[in-house]
Amino acid sequence: MTETQTTAEAVTTTRPTLLEARDLHVEFSSRGRRARAVDGVNLAIGEGEIVALVGESGCGKTTLARTLLGLERPTSGEVRYDGNPLTYTSKALKTYRRQVQLVLQDPTGSLNPRHTVYEAVAEGPRIHGLPDEQDLVSKALSHAGLRPPDRFFLRYPHELSGGQRQRVVIAGALALNPKVLIADEPVASLDASVRGEILALLLRLRDELGLSALVVTHDLGLAWNIADRVAVMYLGRIVESGPVEQVLTAPRHPYTQALMSVLPESPERVVLTGEPPDPTRIPGGCRFHARCQVLASGKAAEAGVHTRCRTEPLPILPATPEAQAACYYAETTTP
Amino acid sequence: MTTPLESAEPAVQAAGPADERPTSRGTLQYALSKAGGALFSIAMVLVGTFFVFRLLPGDPVRNLAQGRNMTPDQLDLERRRLGLDKPLIDQFLNFVGDTLRLDLGTSYEYKRPVIDLIGERIGPTLLLTGTGLVIAVSLGIWQGTRAGWRHGSRFDRVSTGVSLLLWSVPTFWLGLLLMMVFGVGIGPIPSLFPFRGIESVDAPDGFGYVLDVASHMVLPCLTLVAVVYAQYLMVMRSSLLEEVSQDYVTVARAKGLRDDEVRRRHAVPNALLPTVTLVFMRIGFVVGGAVTVEYIYTWPGLGQLFYRAIEVPDFTLMQGTFMLITVSVIVMNTLADVVYHLLDPRVRSA
Ligand SMILES: Nc1ncnc2c1ncn2[C@@H]1O[C@H](COP(=O)(O)OP(=O)(O)OP(=O)(O)O)[C@@H](O)[C@H]1O
Ligand code: SF4
Ligand SMILES: [Mg+2]
Repeated sequence: MTETQTTAEAVTTTRPTLLEARDLHVEFSSRGRRARAVDGVNLAIGEGEIVALVGESGCGKTTLARTLLGLERPTSGEVRYDGNPLTYTSKALKTYRRQVQLVLQDPTGSLNPRHTVYEAVAEGPRIHGLPDEQDLVSKALSHAGLRPPDRFFLRYPHELSGGQRQRVVIAGALALNPKVLIADEPVASLDASVRGEILALLLRLRDELGLSALVVTHDLGLAWNIADRVAVMYLGRIVESGPVEQVLTAPRHPYTQALMSVLPESPERVVLTGEPPDPTRIPGGCRFHARCQVLASGKAAEAGVHTRCRTEPLPILPATPEAQAACYYAETTTP
Repeated sequence: MTTPLESAEPAVQAAGPADERPTSRGTLQYALSKAGGALFSIAMVLVGTFFVFRLLPGDPVRNLAQGRNMTPDQLDLERRRLGLDKPLIDQFLNFVGDTLRLDLGTSYEYKRPVIDLIGERIGPTLLLTGTGLVIAVSLGIWQGTRAGWRHGSRFDRVSTGVSLLLWSVPTFWLGLLLMMVFGVGIGPIPSLFPFRGIESVDAPDGFGYVLDVASHMVLPCLTLVAVVYAQYLMVMRSSLLEEVSQDYVTVARAKGLRDDEVRRRHAVPNALLPTVTLVFMRIGFVVGGAVTVEYIYTWPGLGQLFYRAIEVPDFTLMQGTFMLITVSVIVMNTLADVVYHLLDPRVRSA
């Protein structure tokens, strides 16, 4: 669509992988039943790359993000950083925390109400015993767009606006000089007017600091605006992924198509029927089949894949940067 | 598709109008306004006390006579001595003036100034209930923190269960039980602790005296602590639970903060806030003493004095102790507000 995005795509394919999920499974037992919140995910985030993870509520985005951060232990599979699998000893985790940092949805809850901005941002450097604490805090606040930084030092979170608070949270992450930011719905609780600012900030951090990011969102417009690549998640799995302009202008998986159809620009709206997905009862065959509009409309049957849709489990998508979709029907239409 | 973002991000996020820092003047102002409110409440207590105790059934002079035969002349004389013959408004003004000078009248029963009686009894009461409060608060905070941190664990279930059980037991019953078992002694259990009064008749001097009083305190203190510590435990536990589910705890963990440090640096200080407020409100009642416990263990404190005043009934004494208790509750509630204000930056600048 635009020139910048074409170059972004070209870069995507050559970026060395920094953070990776390999065949990741995360299960919870809830009321005696197993909830497979993340049920086989391969995902790679390259250096300086922004990946958007989209999907409806409850599909496992937060669980995947927490597992990538090492806050949750995978049931099986592994998280790899810089080519090495993450180990869960407290020492290894502590080292890892300096590389991969977290930004959450609600900046008010993410800040201890009784800690000043300075204390909040200095927390990371203090934990890791980094020298020149004040300098790090100043730099992090400036990078996050809070300038002049020392005017914010003694502020309490409640004295700041929502956007400023989110900048403080981001500064707190930046103070550790991480390589990757994992942002779980970073603007969802902010006013529409400041969302753009925070997203522009993430883009600027990528450009200035070479930061990679995984941005969890259920807003496709947001994914379009900031991501190089997008991964669409459904019921614990990635069902489609690839460069953002490819996936979002020509979605191949029926689920992505349905998600796209709710955008105002979309010509017709696909309304998904069937029960909302439940990670304690993942259907056999294609996990989307009970709600799939392609299967329901008979198009899958025309293509002769309907039996496989209902019975044959789909393989887990690999972590490639190219566009791919886990769908029998999509395979028949695009070779 | 939405248009790609232009770099609309402003370079400088100026600090904006909220630049004036909340100052200590804010706190002082707050404290003054609270103190004003407290003074008003105390004034209302004075008014209320005056009228309530004059509307109570029974003629104070007759009560004073206590069945002794008095001639009408004697009664009149007595009435005049107490100022009961003057108009109500004069009586009220006198009452206020006397109270402000800490002249709380003379006890019918003990024939001594009420303020002297209070002065004698307040020490033992503060010693007993103060010690009880400190122990109950420490115990409650310690167990509440552990229980909330390991929510649903065995420790959580056991400590919560036991404290609530003790909380629901009547003080009188528990006090008597402890007195029987550890005071009087049952079967093979010898009498372990004294259970009458604050000191032995033959108490030694110096350090021996301290030990003697301490041993007298064991049973009443135990009773007091057992029936009240649950409230500190429950408040601490629930506010810790709330803090632990906050995002900033996750953020701190993601930064590499160890679990015990997360608890110490974030969760516990924030969870302490409601507990501290509760403690301050309770301090007010400390002065009132624990009427039941003091009665059971014949502890020479205010609680027992108050009990005796009702039993007689000794209106001046009742009125004096009642005012003391209410005023100390008001003062402590006000302090609780101010302390909360000092500790929580959110309220501080509101
Ligand atoms: N600690 C947990 N214990 C039990 N079940 C959990 C736990 N955390 C998540 N789940 C379940 O796993 C599933 C995925 O949850 P998750 O929070 O990852 O979804 P999400 O995609 O982030 O949703 P949302 O968009 O609403 O944030 C949900 O069904 C949730 O109930
Ligand atoms: S595999 Fe079949 S059921 Fe699944 S999304 Fe594709 S067409 Fe629909
Ligand atoms: Mg989520």
